[in-house]
Amino acid sequence: MKKTYQTHFNELRVTVVSIILLPFCLAAQDKGAKSSDSNTINTCVECHETLEMMPEGYSAGDIHQKSGISCSGCHGGDPTNYDKDESMSKKAGYIGLPKRQDIPAFCGRCHSHIDFMRTFRPRIATDQVDQYYQSVHGKKLAQGDKNVAECASCHSSHAIMPADDPRSTTHALNIPKTCKQCHSNGKLMDQYGIPHDQYDKYAASVHGKALLEKKDTGVATCNDCHGNHAATPPDAESVSNICGTCHLNNMNLFKSSQMAADFDIHSCQECHGNHDIQKPTDQMLNTASNEEAICLECHTAGDEGASTANTMYQDIQGVDSLYALAKTKLTASKTSGMNFSEIDYQIQQTRQNLIQMRTLIHSFDTSQVNAKSVEGIKIAREAIHLADLEIQEYHNRRWGFGVSVIALVILALAVYLKIRERNELVKNSR
Amino acid sequence: MSSFFDSKVFNWLDERLDLAPVKELVNHKKVPVHHHTVWYYMGGVTLFLFLIQVFSGILLLMYYRPGENSAYESLQFITSKVYFGWLIRNVHAWSANLMVFFAFIHMFSVFFTRAYKKPRELTWVTGFLLLVLAMGFGFSGYLLPWNELAFFATKVGTDIAGVVPFIGEKIKIILRGGDDVTGATLSRFFGIHVAILPAITTIILGIHLLFVLRQGMSEPEVFEELPEKKKKYIHFFPDFVLRDALLWLNVLIVVLALAVFFPWDLGLKADPLASAPVGIRPEWYFMFMFQSLKFLPPHILFFEGETLGVLFFGAVGALWMLIPFVKFRKEAVSNAKILTYFGLGSLIFILGMTIFGYLV
Repeated sequence: MKKTYQTHFNELRVTVVSIILLPFCLAAQDKGAKSSDSNTINTCVECHETLEMMPEGYSAGDIHQKSGISCSGCHGGDPTNYDKDESMSKKAGYIGLPKRQDIPAFCGRCHSHIDFMRTFRPRIATDQVDQYYQSVHGKKLAQGDKNVAECASCHSSHAIMPADDPRSTTHALNIPKTCKQCHSNGKLMDQYGIPHDQYDKYAASVHGKALLEKKDTGVATCNDCHGNHAATPPDAESVSNICGTCHLNNMNLFKSSQMAADFDIHSCQECHGNHDIQKPTDQMLNTASNEEAICLECHTAGDEGASTANTMYQDIQGVDSLYALAKTKLTASKTSGMNFSEIDYQIQQTRQNLIQMRTLIHSFDTSQVNAKSVEGIKIAREAIHLADLEIQEYHNRRWGFGVSVIALVILALAVYLKIRERNELVKNSR
Repeated sequence: MSSFFDSKVFNWLDERLDLAPVKELVNHKKVPVHHHTVWYYMGGVTLFLFLIQVFSGILLLMYYRPGENSAYESLQFITSKVYFGWLIRNVHAWSANLMVFFAFIHMFSVFFTRAYKKPRELTWVTGFLLLVLAMGFGFSGYLLPWNELAFFATKVGTDIAGVVPFIGEKIKIILRGGDDVTGATLSRFFGIHVAILPAITTIILGIHLLFVLRQGMSEPEVFEELPEKKKKYIHFFPDFVLRDALLWLNVLIVVLALAVFFPWDLGLKADPLASAPVGIRPEWYFMFMFQSLKFLPPHILFFEGETLGVLFFGAVGALWMLIPFVKFRKEAVSNAKILTYFGLGSLIFILGMTIFGYLV
């Protein structure tokens, strides 16, 4: 990719700032290490605590603190000296608060240096700052925009934790709230002419519900589609690739479909939306009797496209209704105390078939969906047949038991009568 | 029956085998009739249920395949594919439980009517051994379906055996066929269940029945003290046998009803790597011991609580087996009283702990 003037400028900027700050960085690292080694004095914390001037949101669980990099590791200075003027002097390497536009380079002093970073985590990435300047946030910051997010906006300043720590602002469960801080701010977003309802839409979406309500960290959250440090709105061409990272089969089927070949603009969001993606239903294809069918947004009822959708809908419904019936019969079989393992297996197979059909619709090829439907109907009917046999067997057992009991009772009665007869005989013989 | 004894077949056999004692037994064996006659039937019911076990067990053997990867599957096959397999499996499981239940009733009825006293001391000892064997059948059979609950219950059960001082660890390894409950344990338990225990049981049961036939029914002290004229008897054959048959038929109906209406769940297949499921409990007849051990503190004086508990049950079991020979007092009357209190205490303890085990 050809580098733009802006990219060159950013690279130069990082390099210059890094060179200027490198001696401080190394000194800070050294001091941080020393402070960790001695593990005794940290005058920064002692004084700031006494003066009740601790930074907002300060946490002892911060990953830097835990790794032995204390205040001076970032801000410089001499944490072993109680004299404020000396410990916070330029001579002692004191940097103080970085300017907002310098924060990426400030963090990059360590995070862009693999020799240093690998001492903590050998496989850690060190391209965050580079990526950041490729993002919309980074580009705007480079242009002097002070409203955009920099490192501390997402990671916090003094409570930075690894992304797999549930307390972290970048933990999957917390990402939407972290992005929301700015992106739900109407006043701020209006300045850029972008909407500010993404969080609300996401929270009401299938992904948002799974993440925020069910705490399922496997679902997509903001950074899964937009990226992390290089966050940017995905363009139409890349949308199906983004969705395809999780929904791989759907993406492949769609890409190889006639729909994708004929219409450039079509991508996942055309039918499913973006932030407010809802759980898809079969009704989206029901062009025959559902005016809300998604296909009717482009097609008109009865045209080729609508008919294709409706054919696929009918095929899915054929399997789905048999699947529901088989499940009802399975429950009856289970509650009757009969063997249900084989029925259950067939029902799982039917369910699998339905999932495959609902994936295959992305090919827009009715023959593929129909072939799966024929297969699914056969399996579902087998499940129903097995369930019927079990239910029949349940009744047979009771009938069989009834007949056996009658025979046994007759036998017992005969024995009882014989006992009585014997008793009479004994009485008479006396 | 007299017509059979006059028949050619009987004469033919008699000439060769001298069946006079059999004829004597059938014609003259009598059973006393009194308020406690009902207890005479308990041993017969236990024997009947044992016969059901043998019959249904042999049928199950036709399809059961021991092994980590085949036991559970073969049970599934038996209950779902084999004609009447479900019935045979459930009859086997239910009659096993009822057999132990009636064996307990039989034992306590013999204890409280003091039927174990001279000359029936050895009948009592063999009877007690038969109960222990029945519990061994239960313990070994419980694992055979190789389901989750059985797997972990066996793990806990064999762990308890392991706390016996000096030999416990060895017993545990011998029972398990290794350090852990594995497929080797299953093979071992299968061998114990279908070969070793049946062989020993056949011998001891034979001796037990021989003693009963030889000594006849025990007469309670109250009955013994009655004047001869007031003593009532019925013929063993056919009167007692007919009553036995009537009871056996009723028990058979109950077993069938339980098998049809309350089938035993096969559960989930055992997974040695899975964590133990909630609610692991042994079979009901081990519950009183299991629950008592749970109550014990980790240490009692210098001993481990569980070890002391296992030793206590072993000692009480041995004492119980030797009850006919135990003399707490010289006077027979006070000795009998102490024994009755001991029996009552044991019964209340067993019932209490069992009920408690199911409630908590």
